[in-house]
Amino acid sequence: MSVLNKSAHELASMLVSKEISSVELTRAQLDNIDKLNPRLNSYLTVTHELALTQARQVDELRAKGEKLSALAGVPIAVKDNLTTIGIETTAGSKILQGWVPPYNATVVEKILSHRMPILGKTNLDEFAMGSSTENSAYGPSLNPWDLARTPGGSGGGSSSAVASMQAPLALGSDTGGSIRFPAAVTGTVGVKPTYGAVSRYGLIALGSSLDQIGPVTRNVLDAAMLHDVIAGHDDMDATSLAESLGSMTEAAKNDSVKGLKVGIIKELTGEGFQAGVSERFQEALELLVAAGAEIVEVSCPSFQYAIAAYYLIQPAEASSNLARFDSVRFGLRVMPEGAATVEKVMAATREAGFGAEVKRRIILGTYALSSGYYDAYYGSAQKVRTLIQADLAKAFEKADVLVSPTAPTTAFLLGEKQEDPLAMYLNDIATIPANLAGIPGMSLPVGLASEDNLPVGAQFLAPARQDARLYKVGAVLEKLLENKWSKSMLDFAPKLEVN
Amino acid sequence: MAKDQLMDYQKALDAYEVVIGLEVHVELNTNTKMFCGCANVFGDEPNTNVCPNCLGFPGAMPAVNGKAIENSIKIGLALDCQIAATGRFARKNYFYPDLAKNFQTSQYDEPIAFEGTIDIEVPSGKVFTVAIERAHMEEDAGKLTHVGGSTGRIQGAEFSLVDFNRAGVPLVEIVTKPIYGAGDEAPELAAAYVRSIREIVKNLGVSDARMERGNVRCDANVSIRPKGQEKLGTRTETKNVNSLRSIERAVKYEIQRQAHLLSQGTAIIQETRHWHEDRGATSSGRPKSDADDYRYFPEPDLVPIQPSKEWIEQLRATLPEKPAIRRKRLQELWVFSDLEFRDVVNSDLLDEIDDTVKAGAKPQAARKWWTGELARIANSEDKDIAELSITPTQVAQIAALVESGKLTDRLAREVLTCVLAGEGNPEEIVAKRGLEVVSDDGALLAAIDQVLSEQPDVLEKIREGKLQAAGAVIGAVMKAMAGSADAARVRELVIQRANEL
Amino acid sequence: MSEITPELVRHLAALARIEVSEAEVAQFASQLALIVESVATVKAAVSDEIFATSHPIPMANVFREDVVKPSLTQAQALSGAADSESGRFKVSAILDED
Repeated sequence: MSVLNKSAHELASMLVSKEISSVELTRAQLDNIDKLNPRLNSYLTVTHELALTQARQVDELRAKGEKLSALAGVPIAVKDNLTTIGIETTAGSKILQGWVPPYNATVVEKILSHRMPILGKTNLDEFAMGSSTENSAYGPSLNPWDLARTPGGSGGGSSSAVASMQAPLALGSDTGGSIRFPAAVTGTVGVKPTYGAVSRYGLIALGSSLDQIGPVTRNVLDAAMLHDVIAGHDDMDATSLAESLGSMTEAAKNDSVKGLKVGIIKELTGEGFQAGVSERFQEALELLVAAGAEIVEVSCPSFQYAIAAYYLIQPAEASSNLARFDSVRFGLRVMPEGAATVEKVMAATREAGFGAEVKRRIILGTYALSSGYYDAYYGSAQKVRTLIQADLAKAFEKADVLVSPTAPTTAFLLGEKQEDPLAMYLNDIATIPANLAGIPGMSLPVGLASEDNLPVGAQFLAPARQDARLYKVGAVLEKLLENKWSKSMLDFAPKLEVN
Repeated sequence: MAKDQLMDYQKALDAYEVVIGLEVHVELNTNTKMFCGCANVFGDEPNTNVCPNCLGFPGAMPAVNGKAIENSIKIGLALDCQIAATGRFARKNYFYPDLAKNFQTSQYDEPIAFEGTIDIEVPSGKVFTVAIERAHMEEDAGKLTHVGGSTGRIQGAEFSLVDFNRAGVPLVEIVTKPIYGAGDEAPELAAAYVRSIREIVKNLGVSDARMERGNVRCDANVSIRPKGQEKLGTRTETKNVNSLRSIERAVKYEIQRQAHLLSQGTAIIQETRHWHEDRGATSSGRPKSDADDYRYFPEPDLVPIQPSKEWIEQLRATLPEKPAIRRKRLQELWVFSDLEFRDVVNSDLLDEIDDTVKAGAKPQAARKWWTGELARIANSEDKDIAELSITPTQVAQIAALVESGKLTDRLAREVLTCVLAGEGNPEEIVAKRGLEVVSDDGALLAAIDQVLSEQPDVLEKIREGKLQAAGAVIGAVMKAMAGSADAARVRELVIQRANEL
Repeated sequence: MSEITPELVRHLAALARIEVSEAEVAQFASQLALIVESVATVKAAVSDEIFATSHPIPMANVFREDVVKPSLTQAQALSGAADSESGRFKVSAILDED
C-alpha cells in the first residue's frame, strides 16, 4: 500500500518510528499533486519548496531527538481563504490575484508551530460563496469519484485533494456547510467545530457570525488530531471561546455508543432526499442501534426558515466584509474609461474583480441591511436564529446528538445548478442550521448510493461546546462501517486515470 | 465661489429662533488604537503604525482596547450619563478611501453612555443646562493628503495619498440634544460647551485635548425657525470646526446666512458645510442623500460590552470634580473678582493658572502673566496660548523672581521672552544674561545723588515732606539705571538721601 | 409585483460601489426577485418579542490590554498596493468633499 493512502495518524506513527521521513512523505505527496492536480484543480497554489524545507526541518529536529507534536511532519493542504505569509492568497477571486499577505492566519501559525509542512492552497468558490467550486475565478475542482461532478463547495479543493490522496489532511472553512457538504460528496470526514472553538483570525470573512474553520480528513481520528492542533482561544479573535473544549483525540478513541441517544431530525429526512442517500443513512442508524444506541425522533420546525435566514444574514455580513476590496490597499485595480475618480475606480474594480454570485450576494446583502428593510429582513433573520437555537435546545433535551443526511443528494453534475442560484442554495438545507445556531457538526461517509455509486454522508450535530460527542459517535460508527465493508470508504473510489 | 449674503446678526435674532446641536469628537490618549495593538501616536512616518486590522486587510479582526472602554465610561460618567447595561459595536457602512474596511466600527442603537447633562456658563454669566443625548465609541479614519491643483484642497486635486496611522485611533463622540433658547448667546454657548468638554476630558486624563491637533473636533448643527413657529427649521451641519473661536464664528455665520435665505423665501438645504477659517465663512459640502444609507448592523466580530455595576462605581469614584464645582472652588481659593475670573475662563486659561499657582505663584501674579503678557504675545504671533513654549512652572518661577525682588517687571518680561525663545529656565537665563536687579545700594546712591543735585527744587520739596515729588526723581534714577533697579528700594533711598543731604 | 425593480438594483449596486451594466441590472433584478420572495418567509416566522441573535455563542466583555504590539513595516503595509507614493497609498482624485 502506497504511503499516499495512509491516514494521517498512521503516517504520524511511521514518522515517529522513522519508517519514513517527512521529506520522503512530502515529496511523494507533491509528486502525486503534480500528477493529479492539473486534472482535478484541487490546488490553486502548490508550495513545493516551502513544503520540502519545512519537511527537512522537522526531520532534522526529529533526528536531534526533539520532542515534536503528534502530527509533526505530516503535510497538510490549506484552503485559499486563509492568509499565509509569502504564499499567494486569493480566496478564489480575481480581485485578490497575486496578493501575498504579510501575516498568517492563526490556524496557519498553529500548523506551522506543530511543524506540519504546507503543500499548498486549495481551490474554493469565490470568497467561499457556493456549493460546487464552480464560482471559483480559477475554474472548478473535480470530484475524484466522477470527474464530471462537483467535489462540493465551497471547500471542494480541500475535499477533492484529500479524497484523491493529494493530501492526508486539509483545512476548510464552513459558513453554511462548506466543510461538511464537500466531505459528504467525496467520501471524506469534515468537521465544523463550535463557533469560536477555532480562531477565525486570518480567515477571509464571508459571514462573520457563521464562519468556522475545521478539519477535512479521511477518517475520524485524523480529524480529531487536526482539530486539537487548530482549536483554542486566540486574543486576536474576540469571538473565540475562552475555555478549552477538551481533547478530541481522546474522544475519537471511544469504542462504545451504548445508551447514547441519537435524535433523528424529522424535518431533515424523507421527502426531498435522494432514495440512495436515505437508504445508506438508515443502514448507518441500524448499525448504531445494533451497537446499543437509542434512536429518538426530534422535531425542529423552525428549520424550514433556516435557508431563508441564512441567505439574508450571510449576504448581509458578506456585503460589509467584502467592502474592503476597493483597489486602494491591496488587490486588483481596474481603471475605468474616461476620467478616473477614486469612486469610479472602486466601482470598476469591483465590477471586474468579483464574479456574478459574489455581486449577487453583495447586492442582496446590501438590500437586507438597507434603511427601511433592515427589520423585515436582517432583523427577522436574526430572530429565526433564536427560534432555531430554541428548537435545538429542546431536541438536545431528548438526544445526546442529532443526526441527518449531510446533503439531500450525492454529488451533482458540474453545470447542473449553475444557472439556478435558488436550487444551489437548497443544497445546504441540512448543514445551515448548525451555523445559524453556532453548534458543531460532523459529516461522516456512510457508503455509496445504490443508484449512482457515489458517496453519501451522515451529519451528526451536538450542542455548543460538546464537539467531543461528535468524535465519540463518529469513531464508533466509522469502525462499524469499516468492519461491515472490510475496508475504508476511499478504498471504494475508482482508480483515477490521468495522463 | 459665490459669497453668501448675511443678515445683520441682531436683525436675524429678532426674527428667528436659533436651535443648535453639537457633536464633539474626542480622541482618546490610550497607548494603542481602539481595535489593535498599534501605537496611538501623532506625527510618525506615514503607514508605520499600521497592522492588518487598521489597514482592513482580508481576514484581520478587531480586538477591543479595554482602556478605551474604561475611558469612554469615565467620559459618560463625567457628563452625568447613564452607562448602558449592554453596549454594542456596530458597523457603519460607507465607501471612502480613508476608511480601510469601508465601514467604520462605531456604535449605533446601543451606545456606551446616554442621557446626560452639563451646565455651561456663557460669558454673560448666564448658565445653560445642555442635555447630552449620547456618548459613543468609534474609530478614527486615516488621513488624506490631496496633491495637485492650486489649493492643496480636495477640489482640483490630481490625486490623493492615504496614511492610515490615524485609522483606528479611539474616539468618543459626544452628541447633545437640540439646544433651544440660547438666543444671541448661541455662538458663545457653543464655544463654551466645547471648552467644557475639553476641560473635562483633559482633567479626566483621557485625552490630550489639543484642538490644534484634532484631539477635540466639533461639528455644529444649526437651524433657525421664525419666532413662534412650532416646526424645526432645516439644519446644516458644519464640520470640523477646530478652534473655540471658529466655533463661535461658524455658528454666528450660519445663523446670519440662513436668516438671509429664509428672509428671501429660499429654503435651507440639509447639507454638510465646511468652515473656512481664512475667509470666516462656511461653504456647501455635499447634500444629505440616499448615499447616507449607512446600513448599520451589529459588528459580528465583536461581543457586547456589559460593564458591571461594581466597575462603573469604581470608575465613578476616580472622577475629578465637575468643571462648575471646580470653578467655584478656584475662584474662592484665588479670591478673584467675578470679572477677573470670567476673563480667565473665557481666555481659556483656567488650567494654566491653576498649574502656575500649584507651582508656587500667587494667584494674582499667575493671572496677570497669563491674561496679560502671554496672551498679548500669543495674540501678536497669532497663536493659541497653549502653543507657546512655556510651562506653568516656568511662569511660576518668573513670578517668584519678581516677588523676591530679584527681577523688575521689565526684566521679568525680558526673561519671559528668552524662555519662549527656548533659552532655558528663568534662573538660568537670569544668570546667563546678568539680568538680576542691581541691589548694590552704592551704585544706586550715586545715581540718586546725581539726580538730586541736578534738581534742587525737588530736593527741597521732599525735605518739606511732599513725598509725591519723589516720583520725578525715582523715574530719572530708574532711567539712569536702565531699569535694573527695584523701584521700591529707589524710593526708600531717595527719601533717605534727601534728608541726609 | 416584486419590490426588486431595476432602479432598486442600480441604487443597491451604487451603495455597494459596483458598476453594473444594463444587462446585469436586468439579470440581477429577476434573480433577486426570486431570492427575495423566498427569503421573505422569515418575516412571517417571527414576532416582536423574539430576541435577535447576532452572536451564536453569547459572550461579553472581551477586552485586550492597552499594550503596544509591533506594527507592520511601511514596506509591508504598502506591499500589496496598486500604487503608492511617499509612503502613502495613492488613489485617483476624490469626487465629493466630506
